Amino acid sequence: MSTAATESDYIGRLATKFRTCPATGLKVDLAAERLIKANAVAAVVFLMIGGTFGLLVALTRWPAVHLLSSDMFYLVLTAHGLDVLLLWIIFFEMAILYFASAVILSSRIAAPRWGWVGFALMVVGGLMTNVAVLQGDSSVMFTSYVPLKAQPHFYLGLILFAVGALIGCFIFLGTLVIAKEEKTYEGSIPLVTFGALTACIIAVFTIASGAIILIPTFLWSVGYIANIDTLTYKLVWWAMGHSSQQINVSAHVAIWYLIAAVTVGAKPLSEKVSRTAFLLYIFFLQLASAHHLLVEPGLSSEWKIVNTSYMMYLAVLGSMIHGMTVPGSIEAAQRKSGYTRGVFEWLRKAPWGNPAFAGMFLSLVMFGFLGGISGVILGTEQLNIMMHNTLYVPGHFHATVVTGTTLAFMAATYLIVPLIFQRQIIWPKLARLQPYLFGLGAAGISVFMMGAGTLGVARRHWDITFPASDVILPYGYPPIASLMMGLNGLSAILAAIGGALYIAITVGSILFGKKVDATNAVASLGPMPKKIVHEAVTKYGDAGTWHLPGTYVLVGLFFTTFILYYFVNWKYLSELWPMQ
Amino acid sequence: MAIFPPQTRIWWNEPVAKAELVWISVAFLWGLIMFFMMIYWHIYGQQNLSTQVGRIDPAVFEQRTNEFAEKFKVRDEGDTGVPVVRPPPGGDAYMLARTFDWWPVLELEKGKPYKLHISSVDLQHGFSLLPINMNIQVHPGLEHIITITPTEAGTYGVVCNEYCGLGHHQMTGRIYVVEPGQGG
Amino acid sequence: MVEKPKPESAAAPLERIPFMQRLLDNPFLLLFIGVVVPTVIYILWGVMEITQIPLAK
Repeated sequence: MSTAATESDYIGRLATKFRTCPATGLKVDLAAERLIKANAVAAVVFLMIGGTFGLLVALTRWPAVHLLSSDMFYLVLTAHGLDVLLLWIIFFEMAILYFASAVILSSRIAAPRWGWVGFALMVVGGLMTNVAVLQGDSSVMFTSYVPLKAQPHFYLGLILFAVGALIGCFIFLGTLVIAKEEKTYEGSIPLVTFGALTACIIAVFTIASGAIILIPTFLWSVGYIANIDTLTYKLVWWAMGHSSQQINVSAHVAIWYLIAAVTVGAKPLSEKVSRTAFLLYIFFLQLASAHHLLVEPGLSSEWKIVNTSYMMYLAVLGSMIHGMTVPGSIEAAQRKSGYTRGVFEWLRKAPWGNPAFAGMFLSLVMFGFLGGISGVILGTEQLNIMMHNTLYVPGHFHATVVTGTTLAFMAATYLIVPLIFQRQIIWPKLARLQPYLFGLGAAGISVFMMGAGTLGVARRHWDITFPASDVILPYGYPPIASLMMGLNGLSAILAAIGGALYIAITVGSILFGKKVDATNAVASLGPMPKKIVHEAVTKYGDAGTWHLPGTYVLVGLFFTTFILYYFVNWKYLSELWPMQ
Repeated sequence: MAIFPPQTRIWWNEPVAKAELVWISVAFLWGLIMFFMMIYWHIYGQQNLSTQVGRIDPAVFEQRTNEFAEKFKVRDEGDTGVPVVRPPPGGDAYMLARTFDWWPVLELEKGKPYKLHISSVDLQHGFSLLPINMNIQVHPGLEHIITITPTEAGTYGVVCNEYCGLGHHQMTGRIYVVEPGQGG
Repeated sequence: MVEKPKPESAAAPLERIPFMQRLLDNPFLLLFIGVVVPTVIYILWGVMEITQIPLAK
């Protein structure tokens, strides 16, 4: 290390100011805390904007309502995708990265000034792309497939945003180095931080891919490059577009472990198993970008099969492991607290009134059952023929990104507001309801879109009725498709109410919530299960000492659903026109 | 807890519960089954996407489609001016994607294989055959040749399901499937 | 609540940390693997196939 770097290191160490968290005893670097706050606030703002656009989309696709004009619809749909799929999620992930490194490791954060540079780039980039879309000449959808062309500042904004996020990733890695050097912890990093590391690694690949493809696309949009190969664009673009959703998966699994730890005192059943599951993500999860290229001309079946299956489904194995170890660790913790009766007392007496726990558990269940299973089906090379670009696709990713990631992030907010913003949640009764409202709405959106997709309804269509006045060769979907779209609209309204409630509660709590101090710190985290038996909490998870029958039942149910649904789809496929 | 470092220095050697091992093995095997299912279907299944693809100048593809339509045209589709084209069974059929239509209308015989050539002359489009729900991505400059065998007579819609601009929802096409020897 | 190392554990001869645990404790090695694997299997292999698409007859 150079002298200059050592010097700034030294200054950094001196300048750092900490406070001690009254609830957890963790040392919190105030510079990290400010960055977490800024990123979380930006995330919530973009969720509000993007969520509103989402509601407008759903109300337009509801044939009986058909709210927007076609131009406006495609504009709003582009903005919806950008604001929630990219901006809300990645701003929140930056907050998680800073939290999981600096706060959880009780370390000072690396280069906080660069953190602000990154944040500024992300804000400017996000706004620039939004402006480009709202100006109306860049309704190219989130995917912006060439040769569809947007305004140059559409791409430039995305590039700035990506660079800003990349800075955040390096600050996370730098903080890990500092924490290790300054020995703020002993041994290995905590599991939650390891999950965040997984997210960070995938983010680096994601952002690099984004830069590789968006920079030439930007140059093409201003005329310096004549032509961009459509298939290469799509291949590299999805290394960003899909992998960015894999950041979410890693981040929200880390959040599941975090919330389970804080609300019911859950410990990982086995550090080895949980970390290996994350390792499988690091190795293979990003290959699933191929899910979007399964009916593409020009790529071999070998490439498609190896990539779409995440190398023989090893990343799915990772998810199936988390799907058992997260509820398993909750069951083990609850049983230790004395909820040992029957198969499901631990679950019945879980803190369902705590929005952090409720949101986390709903996210876990719905991500697995709705998002996970549909994702594997969609990502099966031949089955994809029946689903590619139908509404099944948005149905699937609303299950993963909305009921999975967004709900988990909302749940985490109920801990971050008291822990980081040091404010109590206002309106605790409404906050209790919020995860259920939003979860139910989002689940409805996913299920009904998937339903419409199996009927062949295309995604990103302003009008699915193809009236003869508008179309030369009309086609009619079965009437039940309209019913599905209506139910989708109703679900979207429900989710929007839940989302509005979330934003009102979060903003209200930050502005008007009661201050959290040593006297009320733990109570501010929401209701927790009472221990019935006061037992010395022994060191490690189950390892043969604890039976987890409830988890076995849940996992068995999941697996049965998975197998049945998987083979039903092959049956449907066999009824298609033979093709070679 | 997951927010604190592991409590033992060497956690890798901790024993793993039997039930956990069972689940991991089951999940791993299931992954293998799903993996080999795709390969199995390539060998024994009927629905596999063709990998017969070539680079082509969109103008050349347009010209070939025009020639094809001229040669095998049987009638016009109502008063739309779109030709209905009936290629010989077992032969080549062309369908061209452009903003915002699928051209021309095809008439195929049930149970006969056709070599369907599809490509785009401008942007990416999505070939979505309804109601059977068969979906294939279409790129400009790439000619995709797919051998299809219609299994039931009827009128089928073709919808574009890749966003291609503000008229995206107007982009439709049609394929008729008739009993052998009928129609025309 | 970070536990300080206990003196007796420091005095005892330390057992060698298993390879897999060392791998999982090395963020930069993981970063390297996590970027190289998809770059090779997904991007490079894919781009190679795209460049090899033949001209249509």
